[in-house]
Amino acid sequence: MSLVARHLEANGIATVILGSARDIVEHCGVPRFVFTDFPLGNPCGKPYDVAMQRRIVAMGLALLESARAPRTTVQTPFVWSDDEAWRDAFMQSESAGATPPRA
Amino acid sequence: MRNGRGVDPTRRTFVSYIDKSREFYLTRGYDNPYRWAHFAEVPFVRLPRPLSAAVVTLVTTAMPEPDTVADTHELHTVYSMPSDRPPTRLSTHGLFWDRQATHTDDLDSYFPVHRLQECVADGRIGRLAARLHGVPTEYSQRATSERDAPEILRRCREDGADAALLVPL
Repeated sequence: MSLVARHLEANGIATVILGSARDIVEHCGVPRFVFTDFPLGNPCGKPYDVAMQRRIVAMGLALLESARAPRTTVQTPFVWSDDEAWRDAFMQSESAGATPPRA
Repeated sequence: MRNGRGVDPTRRTFVSYIDKSREFYLTRGYDNPYRWAHFAEVPFVRLPRPLSAAVVTLVTTAMPEPDTVADTHELHTVYSMPSDRPPTRLSTHGLFWDRQATHTDDLDSYFPVHRLQECVADGRIGRLAARLHGVPTEYSQRATSERDAPEILRRCREDGADAALLVPL
């Protein structure tokens, strides 16, 4: 997806990525990135949490207006849970899915 | 050592999926790790008009539900959806996300079309582009760069899009 953002931007369309795989997106290099530090799957907010989803989308729209240089990352203030075990548990078993995310 | 929110202050907070995927394959006998895209230069343009007058589209890595397409080939190509009749569900099957920690039953948690419609109603953005888009997740960076990204661009231009929100799962 980062490659798509780069291509659109290079051809005059302003882009912002909303995502949770910070290292992959920043490794590639994109114009604007709103990072939410959640398990992969809900980069626009927790399921059915409309208020959180509104805030994350609003941060994306604000970044479209406010960024003044490429590689601008902002991080949303949301925390997935007090239990951080998901960080270490992911990819410890085949059930997590075996297809890594792509650039 | 953990602080009040459970974060280990001796480690970076965010997960490195590059490290995790490399180690995942190395421990399974694959010694040729995926080579992630990396660029020194990054393009950048300003919005051509105020957001309140801009045409905005949305791009996802999710795919159509198999029972909604006539040809399964459509599950592996760039596809588009009318923004005035968005899908009620998309398929995240086969994509890389954390099935143990969460679910993708709520479309707006990864494809926030209803949140964007609210932004149009509020006057925050001008309007949605006629079409929203999906791009397949490809192992081949060349396929994404030379086939899919230009196709997304072509469709965005046809619809007069000024800006795009892109959401990888």
